[in-house]
Amino acid sequence: MRIITLIVAAASFGLLLSACTTTPESQAPAKVEERAAKPPSAVDTKPIASVDLTKGANPLKDPNNILSKRSIFYDYDKFDVRAEYRGLVEAHAKYLRDNPGMRMLIQGNADERGSREYNIGLGQRRSDGVKKMMTLLGVRDNQIESVSLGEEKPMDDGHSEAAWAKNRRSDILYSGEY
Amino acid sequence: MRFLLGVTFLLAAASAGAQLAIEITGAGAQRIPLAVLPFAGEGGLGGQGITAVARADLERSGLFRILEMPPLSPLPTEATPINYAEWRSRLADAVVFGSVASRPDGRFEVRFRLFDVVKQVPLGGIAYTLTREQARATAHRVADFIYEKLTGEKGVFSTRIAYVVKRGTRFELQIADADGVGAETALASFEPILSPAWSPDGRRLAYVSMEAKKPVVYVHSLLDGKRYVAANFRGSNSAPAWSPDGSKLAVTLSREGGSQIFLMNADGSSLRRITSSSAIDTEPRFSPDGRWLYFTSDRGGSPQVYRMPASGGEPQRITFDGSYNVTPRLSPDGKTLAYITRNGSKFQVAMLDLANRQGQVLTESDRDESPSFSPNGRMILHATVLNGRGVLSAVSADGRVKQRLSATAGDVREPAWGPFIE
Repeated sequence: MRIITLIVAAASFGLLLSACTTTPESQAPAKVEERAAKPPSAVDTKPIASVDLTKGANPLKDPNNILSKRSIFYDYDKFDVRAEYRGLVEAHAKYLRDNPGMRMLIQGNADERGSREYNIGLGQRRSDGVKKMMTLLGVRDNQIESVSLGEEKPMDDGHSEAAWAKNRRSDILYSGEY
Repeated sequence: MRFLLGVTFLLAAASAGAQLAIEITGAGAQRIPLAVLPFAGEGGLGGQGITAVARADLERSGLFRILEMPPLSPLPTEATPINYAEWRSRLADAVVFGSVASRPDGRFEVRFRLFDVVKQVPLGGIAYTLTREQARATAHRVADFIYEKLTGEKGVFSTRIAYVVKRGTRFELQIADADGVGAETALASFEPILSPAWSPDGRRLAYVSMEAKKPVVYVHSLLDGKRYVAANFRGSNSAPAWSPDGSKLAVTLSREGGSQIFLMNADGSSLRRITSSSAIDTEPRFSPDGRWLYFTSDRGGSPQVYRMPASGGEPQRITFDGSYNVTPRLSPDGKTLAYITRNGSKFQVAMLDLANRQGQVLTESDRDESPSFSPNGRMILHATVLNGRGVLSAVSADGRVKQRLSATAGDVREPAWGPFIE
């Protein structure tokens, strides 16, 4: 994300530069004097939009912010969001309401046992469940896409109960992260 | 293991890394004793020639016992008159004589004859013209001819299989000969690939790729590597299945919430939802006659196999024993259903006779997935896990013959046996 921010910053700087260089060319030479009589252009007096990478400015990435928590885990063969994750879901729902331009991808996952395709179905039931909670909390439907990766992207490659518990989950991703 | 005959053949792949090695771990109870004499002059072809490949094919089927013969000089050819009494005394039920000759145009000619020693009748023969590069393919054709004449069913040695190999973070969709040799990679990706399904003409594969961070169904033409998106709707797109005429695809989509089965033209047009439940409905498969659509659904509380008319209609439940029966696959004659059943914590390949509803578990492994019938219905190829690694296994429909295919490195999974190619 930091890299992305830097790229965005660099890109806008480039844009600014090209704007500066093209402006004089687009003006007729006869108007030069008139322009010189004006106070320094409005561009110079506008406050500069500051990008501060030293502060945890992005709440989605701030480890102290609940919005940086992106995974919801499930019991075996269960699809409902456990009470301990309610706060997390509510916080993300509020963030989407406050940032209507933001889009979210919820990837549901299942543990490795059983059919790969049926497990895509189980993961879908999990991600659909999270999406439904968020829409009930006032998020617009088109802000969220719920999908399933089935058993294909385990968080833990092991074959134990503990590994499976980490792999039954929904992961939340925002625009730019997928 | 009950059927292990004490003989384990390891046919190591000739060339580099991507190959699969086949191991025979069980054979039929009654195997036809067969003598395949070295084809006179086959050394000129180089490589393995014809007879080594054809013998390995026939041996691997579990239906033949290839007789070891002392070196004969001169070697008989297809033109040599046969002395049935002599071959009877060598305990052969059938014998094959053949030859390879080089032609002035640089190509080769393979000729052979098959004889039934018990009935003392010739069973015919064929002549093939081939290039050096077609030697393996020709050997498979020779084995197919012998197999069909002696068993009465078509051989599958010339068919191909598709499967997915995972090595580290890399996924490869590969195509190989049915003996695991000659693997070629159709698609390589850093995101999962699953559920390959052959078009009935064997020219295209439909599959699911997660390269877009979600499951999307693609159709991939094997000849030119061109592929198109068949289903990329909002949500998940998975479980492609071809209609028997190749014109339609059944897919599982979550675009309307949940996982439901839709039909569409193979180019992705004319989408139509055909299941409507609040359950997971997935893994659709057409019956070979195109009348039925078999699928997995947990509408009854646990995942079971159901079927419904392919044009839509009321589903009927097909599997009843146990609390987890998934991944329905119809035999080519439509009479038998192969599927995965859970026994305790084990997932195994099972078969159901659709006429008398008799079920049978075919394997003793514990993490079986993705059964796939050979096009002659004799074998069922499936994925399993052995010593922590994904391998492919094949078991005959009677449970007796068993083979295993494993890659030198990585996990092999998601097998799909291709159709007969004329």
